[in-house]
Amino acid sequence: MISQALGGGFADAPIQSARAFRAALEAMARPGRILTVEGVAPPAPLSIGAGVLLLTLCDRTTPLHLAPGHDAPEIRDWITFHTGAPLVTPGAAAFALGRWEALQPVTRFRIGQPDYPDRSATLIVEMDALTNDGAILTGPGIETTARLSLPELAAFRLNRDIFPLGYDTFFTSGDKIAGLPRSTRVEAG
Amino acid sequence: MSSERSLPPEILARRRWMGLAARSRPDRLRELLPELPAHDLLRAPEIGAVMVEGRAGGTGTPFNLGEMTVTRCSVRLGSGEVGHAHVQGRDRDHARRAAVLDALMQTDAAQGLEGGVLAPLAKEEAARRTVRAARAAATRVEFFTLVRGEDQ
Amino acid sequence: MYVAVKGGERAIDNAHAWLSQARRGDPSVPELSVAQIREQMTLAVNRVMAEGSLYDPDLAALAIKQARGDLIEAIFLIRAYRTTLPRLGSSVPVDTGEMAVTRRISATFKDLPGGQILGPTFDYTHRLLDFTLAANGSEVADVAASLAEPAEGVPHVMEFLNKDALIQAELQADGSVPDLTREPMELPASRPLRLQALARADEGFLLSLAYSTQRGYGRTHAFVGELRIGAVAVEMEIPELGFPVEIGEVELTECETVNQFTGSRTEPPQFTRGYGLVFGQSERKAISMSLVDRALRWRELGEDFTGAPAQDEEFVLMHADNIQATGFLEHIKLPHYVDFQAELELIRKLRRETEQGDLAAEEQP
Repeated sequence: MISQALGGGFADAPIQSARAFRAALEAMARPGRILTVEGVAPPAPLSIGAGVLLLTLCDRTTPLHLAPGHDAPEIRDWITFHTGAPLVTPGAAAFALGRWEALQPVTRFRIGQPDYPDRSATLIVEMDALTNDGAILTGPGIETTARLSLPELAAFRLNRDIFPLGYDTFFTSGDKIAGLPRSTRVEAG
Repeated sequence: MSSERSLPPEILARRRWMGLAARSRPDRLRELLPELPAHDLLRAPEIGAVMVEGRAGGTGTPFNLGEMTVTRCSVRLGSGEVGHAHVQGRDRDHARRAAVLDALMQTDAAQGLEGGVLAPLAKEEAARRTVRAARAAATRVEFFTLVRGEDQ
Repeated sequence: MYVAVKGGERAIDNAHAWLSQARRGDPSVPELSVAQIREQMTLAVNRVMAEGSLYDPDLAALAIKQARGDLIEAIFLIRAYRTTLPRLGSSVPVDTGEMAVTRRISATFKDLPGGQILGPTFDYTHRLLDFTLAANGSEVADVAASLAEPAEGVPHVMEFLNKDALIQAELQADGSVPDLTREPMELPASRPLRLQALARADEGFLLSLAYSTQRGYGRTHAFVGELRIGAVAVEMEIPELGFPVEIGEVELTECETVNQFTGSRTEPPQFTRGYGLVFGQSERKAISMSLVDRALRWRELGEDFTGAPAQDEEFVLMHADNIQATGFLEHIKLPHYVDFQAELELIRKLRRETEQGDLAAEEQP
């Protein structure tokens, strides 16, 4: 294992991961809201935002899929050392990490079962930028409407149509994160 | 142990010193290795649980027996060597010291530590085990036949 | 239905203060240390570790002290604590064949390789109260040590029967190990899931169930093939290293029973097995576990279900956990004022209706 890969985790895990968890919760509860997170220095091209989410949400009981572009030895080592999450194929993943194009087709990911809709995947989508413009979001957690620069609309519409099944999505760019749960409706802005 | 059979010698050597450090009594390890060189914490000492598995019938399908407390720590020396430790119990200092020892054993200091730390730990552990085995042996039943039925 | 009420806070604070005093007992008697409990109440510590499902003698001793010796309360404290620990991983399955035994007996083979080792057992004591222990500074007997034979290998007795194919083989199905602390238990349960539930089950409950099989409720004709107690190394695969290392040592009690089996539609006549494995030194629990494990295996061995409680997986697994049981049992002492008011109203109404009915009946000619 490359020893350089091991640095860059939370220095004070109990406090920092609690704050990060609060941010992740806020992002999912308020779809479209962009939050700033901190505390990790992951190997490139992994963003701080994605690194924080992985260290906060993943452990050895959450199988993770790395899409091409993020499936590099340094990233694998870093994730294994800090989370212990097993690295798996898309169909077995509880979490998936990558750029939107690299994660395609997203229909490969788990959407849960009618009696256990929670047995579904959470996607962590790395973006070049994350801004409050573009698609119009409505639904639970949004008072009127919100806007978020989504990479596409069709996939998220389809995902909303199969509610309560479906995957949930985090978007990350640099130290920014935003959430798009399966319950959110999306329209062209 | 059964899992040792197929491992290369350098891994067997590392397994040995990591195991000795993990099984050592925290106070004794501190006595033998009181001063720690400068090091960075890659993973600060963390107390957690490890699920202990058994096998049905002793040799069959694995099952979860119950957890044990374990503390883990990972460090990097100034010279770059990385040391890891997973030690039974909840002693953070023990885990840190064991991780530093693991890192130091990858440096030129290894020979000195072998004589100064590992050899005494191994010797004391062997002595404890011998005492236990001897006590057990003293309660072994020596059956002897008084009268055999068919001889009468 | 629940109602919020206020006003108990001062009473609760005072109750806690009294509890801590009651825990301490008479201050003129020296206080127990956690180390004293750990070293001198070892079997209580073992039980708390086994049923608390967390191997840590210091924590178990602390829990016993805090719980004033109420072992189920102490187990509750350990179960609550363990939920706060991150799971760092799973061990390699322990190899009980490599156990450093302090006790090892067989009821089926007199002359077994490695011999019968009694260890520190109560079995041959006279069960007479020893008043010398009541006096301070009682003497500890010297322990004999035999250097004649260094500890040799102590193979599992069952392997001898296995070689002759006289006992049902123990198959190794690998794959993910079910964990009832992570996933809700679903029935029918696999044997690994059942064994996990039994390993943390209440000793008294298992003892009674096992006894019921001996008395005829799901009889399995068990012999103790081997009972062993000793220390076993725990190894864990460390992801960042890529190989397993020893992380410590636990004391375990293992029981393997040999059970008569006359064959079924699917299996030839042969011996079958029951298995018990428990944290610490606890042979009563390990033997009980083996008998109950064997009774629960009727389906896979093609036996008939006779309706015996020990064969009934739902009955055994859903009632074996003393923390679940005590939680549900004891909750009925907490306020149920509104539920009870409703019942009271109902009884009064029924009573009125009955009385009116009686009156009406009397008035009829």
